[in-house]
Amino acid sequence: MTSGDAAAFVAFDRVQKSYDGETLVVKDLNLAIGKGEFLTMLGPSGSGKTTCLMMLAGFETATHGEITLDGRPINNIPPHKRGIGMVFQNYALFPHMTVAENLAFPLEVRGIGKSDREEKIKRALDMVQMGDFAGRRPAQLSGGQQQRIALARALVFEPELVLMDEPLGALDKQLRETLQFEITKLAHDLGITTVYVTHDQTEALTMSDRVAVFDDGVIQQLDAPDILYEEPKNSFVAQFIGENNTLHGTVERIDGDAAVVRLDDGSQIDTIPVNVDKPGQRTLVSIRPERVEFNKDRLAPDAHTIKAEVKEFIYMGDIYRTRVSVAGNDDFIIKTRNAPDQRRLKKGEILEIGWRPQDCRALDA
Amino acid sequence: MTDATAEPTHRPSPREQKEMAEQDGPMLAADGTPLKRSLNRALRAQKLRALMLIAPLLIFILVTFVAPIADMLFRSVENQIVSETVPRTIVALDETWSDHDAVPGEAVFAAMAYDLKEAAERREHTRLGSRLNYETTGISSLFRRSGRGVDDVGEIYADQFIELDEAWEEPATWTALMADPEWIADAEGTEDEDIPRFRLADGIADILPETASAYAGFARVIIDQDGDNPLEEEPWNTIYLALYRDLSAGADVSAYDGPQARRLSAAAEAVPGFESEPVSVMFEDIDEDWLDPQVWGTIDAFSSRYTAGYYLAAIDMQLTPEGIEPQPEEQRIYLLLFKRTLFMSGVIMGMCVLLGYPVAFLLANLPLRTSNLLMILVLLPFWTSLLVRTSAWKVLLQQEGVINDTLVWIGLVADNDRLQLINNQLGTIIAMTHILLPFMILPLYSVMQTIPPSYVRAAKSLGANDWTAFWRVYFPQSVPGIGAGCILVFILSIGYYITPELVGGRTGTFISNRIAFHISESLNWGLAAALGAILLGAVLILYWAYDRIVGIDNVKLG
Ligand SMILES: Nc1ncnc2c1ncn2[C@@H]1O[C@H](COP(=O)(O)OP(=O)(O)O)[C@@H](O)[C@H]1O
Ligand SMILES: [Mg+2]
Repeated sequence: MTSGDAAAFVAFDRVQKSYDGETLVVKDLNLAIGKGEFLTMLGPSGSGKTTCLMMLAGFETATHGEITLDGRPINNIPPHKRGIGMVFQNYALFPHMTVAENLAFPLEVRGIGKSDREEKIKRALDMVQMGDFAGRRPAQLSGGQQQRIALARALVFEPELVLMDEPLGALDKQLRETLQFEITKLAHDLGITTVYVTHDQTEALTMSDRVAVFDDGVIQQLDAPDILYEEPKNSFVAQFIGENNTLHGTVERIDGDAAVVRLDDGSQIDTIPVNVDKPGQRTLVSIRPERVEFNKDRLAPDAHTIKAEVKEFIYMGDIYRTRVSVAGNDDFIIKTRNAPDQRRLKKGEILEIGWRPQDCRALDA
Repeated sequence: MTDATAEPTHRPSPREQKEMAEQDGPMLAADGTPLKRSLNRALRAQKLRALMLIAPLLIFILVTFVAPIADMLFRSVENQIVSETVPRTIVALDETWSDHDAVPGEAVFAAMAYDLKEAAERREHTRLGSRLNYETTGISSLFRRSGRGVDDVGEIYADQFIELDEAWEEPATWTALMADPEWIADAEGTEDEDIPRFRLADGIADILPETASAYAGFARVIIDQDGDNPLEEEPWNTIYLALYRDLSAGADVSAYDGPQARRLSAAAEAVPGFESEPVSVMFEDIDEDWLDPQVWGTIDAFSSRYTAGYYLAAIDMQLTPEGIEPQPEEQRIYLLLFKRTLFMSGVIMGMCVLLGYPVAFLLANLPLRTSNLLMILVLLPFWTSLLVRTSAWKVLLQQEGVINDTLVWIGLVADNDRLQLINNQLGTIIAMTHILLPFMILPLYSVMQTIPPSYVRAAKSLGANDWTAFWRVYFPQSVPGIGAGCILVFILSIGYYITPELVGGRTGTFISNRIAFHISESLNWGLAAALGAILLGAVLILYWAYDRIVGIDNVKLG
């Protein structure tokens, strides 16, 4: 999608942001979010995700560029008139109000009558399965319950856009997974456009329609989760998303969409060139651990293979995880499924490993 | 060391077993002792160590805080001076004085003569006079005058006894009559400093009760006060009065078989022929006020060892012989002062909230560098002397001061109609608000700092405008800071002293200025203590009320 897309519900158009007038925290951000889409901003801490969200919510002003909501520029609309629901990382439930009062707050300030209010509150609480907790104070709720209430509060006034800034960051793994599922389901059921911020790549992959990977104030890649995982566009994305093996080398030759890379120890491997374009260039080759093959039958007959020495074999139940030494890299991981015919490798064993060229991507060094 | 179970040899004692049985099966540790006991034992060492760590502070506080307060509370009810200085008079008043509108009888005057003579010798009569003067004005000078005049009370009898038998003038005659022979043996020939405690002869107190009492008092004063030997001192005139009263009351001198038996019975025979004069007349000669029943009423009313008199005085009441009554209109000041102190402290507290809240808000929400600068400005007053600051207010606020000059120059006030900004309540309120402002700002600031900005953001994202977000979300969370600041400012200002003294004039002073006056000028420490105790009580009541209404755990000082 390009900026200024007529269909875009939310659009960032060449947005820049600087807090101190010296460094840009957000550099030339172009992003269009479709109506009803669940978009996740993923990136390491400090990469500018929250800043983007805050500009959208109206708590920070863009230094340059324009943000539009449903076609209208919102740079000059104060936050309380934007009608955007928001869920904060620390929940930000008002501690001096009960759950019901917290939920009533957005309705009261909109002048909604009492009976309407009660009905909406009840519906919102039921939606997050917290119907019995209306009279409690936030401090009497667990983290997960508080997060549910925060979600209900952000949705109770029926906004079309909801922003969530690392809402599950403070919860334990299991709860996080349950809530991930619930949030996604709610968002889709209600047809709300959601902008979700996280630094957890699993969360991003499992929940989103599309993921925008942030680094250093720039969107490194914006794609659906599967494409992001399988076709990372640069070495940052490749390493940030999922587990990844990397090998350093130099481009030997490029033939259209295939390239041969000479690794630093002299061996050659087949890759597809992603962002390398001429021989002699330094490159970082990326292969997912589950795409590495040591069974010759599964490889193309003319495929380049490379010697590997098994350093460690780890039994993990559903998979085997083998650490091998390849071309000077001692941390090269091979993942194999625990199938009946699968062979358990032994420490010290010498193998020939290889992969399909399309699984091995030559990226920028 | 918290492992209490590592003591396998311990058997539950019978008492422990009984307790266990009573508690219907409490939780047991591995060795069978109740878990609570094991835990307590394990924690005891820790507690002891903690106690030792705070011991220096604890002792310091006990000595410098708890003890003075206890002493103050005690002083506010203490009244032993009356019963200690004129003990015989109090007993006599109690036993013989029934019609409080009339002058008491001879026995009371005689008792007063013995007491007053002793007190005058000990130079304690003026202290008693000042004490009673708090209750009835004029008593102080009455006692001062009478201290000298009481020397002559009884002189008429001394002359007649000596005329009868010159031996009555001899100290030895008296000691032989009154003192325990063993004491005489001990006292004879000893250095004046080493004279043993005076002891009365056996049975003499039964035969000559007043004389024995008066002489014993005389001997004690001679020994303790003057460091002289009663064997060598001529008795006071009051003792002759006592002897006359005993003998004329028909003392059973035949029961006396001591060395002075003959001389005593001769005196007893001669006494009916003595020229006599009522003791009350002798006192009238000293000062006519002794015939005023009110003087005696006051002594009687304050005869008990403890008194509510100071407290009554502190609330503009008085204890009169007729009971508790309000002070005369023109002498009522304390209730007014209490009310004024509370009212002005309340105003100062309110001003501090109004002025301090925005500053604290800025402090908590500005970027760090700016807020640090602002913080320095807030703390600056702390680093300058209180006196300097107060004096600076004098310079600013006086009629020829900076503010009035400026207003006149602008033309807002006429030159001959300058504003009275100081030496009144306004001056006190302005200066004290300034001085106490940091005590409001700091707790407010520390509470506001802990309010995450995300609350207000959340409120705005939910549709609240700036004011609603502040009023409904931010403000309620800052209330604990307001509470803490208010308590601090109010309590500090209620007991403030220097500033009202300097800028308060007559209408802007606090109750503490009055307390200071009684402590350092009028020396009425009892009243000062009572006023202080009432102030303390008022603060505690307010604190309690605050706890009931707002909840003290809602107060955050940091
Ligand atoms: N209010 C602010 N003032 C100054 N710098 C800020 C402010 N908020 C964030 N930053 C800086 O902007 C950068 C991006 O921050 P943020 O958007 O919070 O990143 P993320 O949410 O991705 O962790 C960080 O380097 C951070 O230090
Ligand atoms: Mg963030």
